[in-house]
Amino acid sequence: MTPEKIKKEKVEKRTISLLVDNEPGVLSRVAGMFAARGFNIDSLCVAETMDPKVSRITVVTNCDAHIQEQINKQLNKLINVIKVVDFTGTEFVEREMALVKVKATEEHRAEILRIVDIFRCKVVDVSPRFYTIEVTGSQGKIAALFDLLKTMGIVEIARTGIAAMARSKKGAQ
Amino acid sequence: MITIKLNGAQILFEVLQSEGVDTIFGYPGGAVIDIYHHLPDYPIRHIRTRHEQAAVHAADGYARTSGKTGVCLVTSGPGATNTVSGIASAFMDSIPLVVLTGQVPTHLVWNDAFQQVDIVGITRPCTKHNYLVDSVSNLGRIIREAFHIARSGRPGPVLVDLPKDVMTGVIDFTMPPPADLKSYRPNYQPHGGQIAKALQLMVKARRPVIFGGGGVILAKASDQVLRLADALSIPVTASLMGLGGFPASHPLWLGMLGMHGTYRANMAVSECDLLIGIGTRFDDRVTGKVDEFAPQAKIIHIDIDPTSIRKNISVSVPIVGDCRLSLELLNKMLAEKDLTGVAEDRESWLAQIEHWRKSAPLPYEQEPNGDIKPQYVIDQLYRITQGQAIVTTDVGQHQMWTAQFYHFDRPNSFVTSGGLGCMGFGLPAAIGAQVAQPGRLVVDISGDGSIQMNIQELATAVENELPIKIIILNNRCLGMVRQWQQIFKNNKCVATIMEGSPDFVRLAEAYGAVGLRAERLDEIEPVIREGLASEKTVIMEFKVAQEECVSPMVAAGDPISKMLMV
Repeated sequence: MTPEKIKKEKVEKRTISLLVDNEPGVLSRVAGMFAARGFNIDSLCVAETMDPKVSRITVVTNCDAHIQEQINKQLNKLINVIKVVDFTGTEFVEREMALVKVKATEEHRAEILRIVDIFRCKVVDVSPRFYTIEVTGSQGKIAALFDLLKTMGIVEIARTGIAAMARSKKGAQ
Repeated sequence: MITIKLNGAQILFEVLQSEGVDTIFGYPGGAVIDIYHHLPDYPIRHIRTRHEQAAVHAADGYARTSGKTGVCLVTSGPGATNTVSGIASAFMDSIPLVVLTGQVPTHLVWNDAFQQVDIVGITRPCTKHNYLVDSVSNLGRIIREAFHIARSGRPGPVLVDLPKDVMTGVIDFTMPPPADLKSYRPNYQPHGGQIAKALQLMVKARRPVIFGGGGVILAKASDQVLRLADALSIPVTASLMGLGGFPASHPLWLGMLGMHGTYRANMAVSECDLLIGIGTRFDDRVTGKVDEFAPQAKIIHIDIDPTSIRKNISVSVPIVGDCRLSLELLNKMLAEKDLTGVAEDRESWLAQIEHWRKSAPLPYEQEPNGDIKPQYVIDQLYRITQGQAIVTTDVGQHQMWTAQFYHFDRPNSFVTSGGLGCMGFGLPAAIGAQVAQPGRLVVDISGDGSIQMNIQELATAVENELPIKIIILNNRCLGMVRQWQQIFKNNKCVATIMEGSPDFVRLAEAYGAVGLRAERLDEIEPVIREGLASEKTVIMEFKVAQEECVSPMVAAGDPISKMLMV
């Protein structure tokens, strides 16, 4: 008889989309569950859907399949959680928006604008010393932009976290 | 439609009454004065405890022995914070409770007002769900939902925070309809295919074991477990919370499993080829080292809570569903099978188990001229009560000895704080149990440490004429911690030797109860008999040996096959 063991599986980034009752404290319940069980939240983004009684929370976590199974089950157990969609292993669209303030010194100004043009993002604030850039895209695109801007000197970043939606037939709404 | 104008307090009682509530345990205060004002208008018995923690433990004991949802009512601020231990204990043990807390008026709620705490925030991690009622028009629906959530699926405590202005607000009242929560739909019906798979494994297994947890009792599945065990001659063990779910006097009973389980139960699970887990969460007290738990077995796991399945151990056949419904379906399928030869197949496994039972060392020895051994007192209690009492316990060595030496044949007879292990539970829980079962004998077994955590509840018992029998095994120390210090800390007993405890007999009398004491072996039986025969609240104190250890013991982190005989 072979013994039953929980295998050590690959740790990877996983995106979960939740539909929840839009009630005071619901975000605290979801975040509290992650905290209480020691599950990690890489990013979290929340807003109302078309139904004002329902909100969507998109969470990105980083764990193996066994922990992911526990996270999904614990989320489903919350009374205010209506539906849990785990995008791991599926085709989905992910987008994030970030505001980046970079040092716009004279020798770098032109290069910054060239990068902004290549990445099809926008400069939304200008001052003698800084440009603030708005970028929307996948995590990969944003990471690539940061890489290039780092050499110029990034002063501040504000990111929204991922919003995600399934591709084609499988939908959460 | 005829409606009448009612205020929030009246609406609360109308809905409580329609939920079948006839008993509330509580403690008044400023924030709930408007609620208490209307209480005498309703046929609801109110038991006022002497501490809010006790009100929750009493509602808990009431729920466990009646099968109903326990209800408590406390005031805001410190009243609410005093309930947290009781709520956490009910949460760990999955007991259906509705805890009503007073709250300051809504415009003061987020404002650090007098006797105001964010009890919803504080109890979020230890309630099944909780509510702050924002308006009297939502009150009726919320109370309905609270009861529905508390008692359905995997039961648990639900807290409802009631601001003062909500309770005095007046509206046209109509009885709210049954709760309908689209986001909460527990799954009771098991998957037929999974049941069939489980059945296949059970019929083929050579060395099966059934392991029942608290869920067997909550789902009222004891009869079904007995049917299954008898049909396939499968030996049965249980967690602390599962004791009473299978009759201890049955020849297939193995005793409790885990850290202080019996030798034969721990060996049987370590050597079995099929483990059937029913209504359990495979907690660490039972599994020991997870990687070496039931190493040769395929595991079937039936539980209503999906999060319990595959949380700690991996399983071959997971079945999400109510365990009574699951076992009914299983037993029905089983009845259609030809089971000739199964009993003979089982003989060698049962013989092995019998060998383990015989070769296990004696758990304790009572010398005829020595100090009273605490285990001996429980043995005598079991014999004299013929195992028929409802027994509540506090936490520690006495709790484990009760589990080992009081052999429960019926469910809802053993009431203990298992998951949280909350000292101070036993006496108020006994109060709740006696209220729920006025015709039965209720005994609380406690230690000198635990009993002092809610000793003030003697007043509650006497005031309400509840003839509970409280046994104090007085070893003048915090026994379980002393045991760990003895075994793991080289006997360095820091802060565990207890001086300064009161004379419990005189204390009982001071409260208007009966106090009895036994210091010699020949005094034990007369004290027990006299105590049980009394119609009043009784304390029976037994001065027992200090250096006793609960045995066997599996050290934390060890496999359950590695038992220390201490």
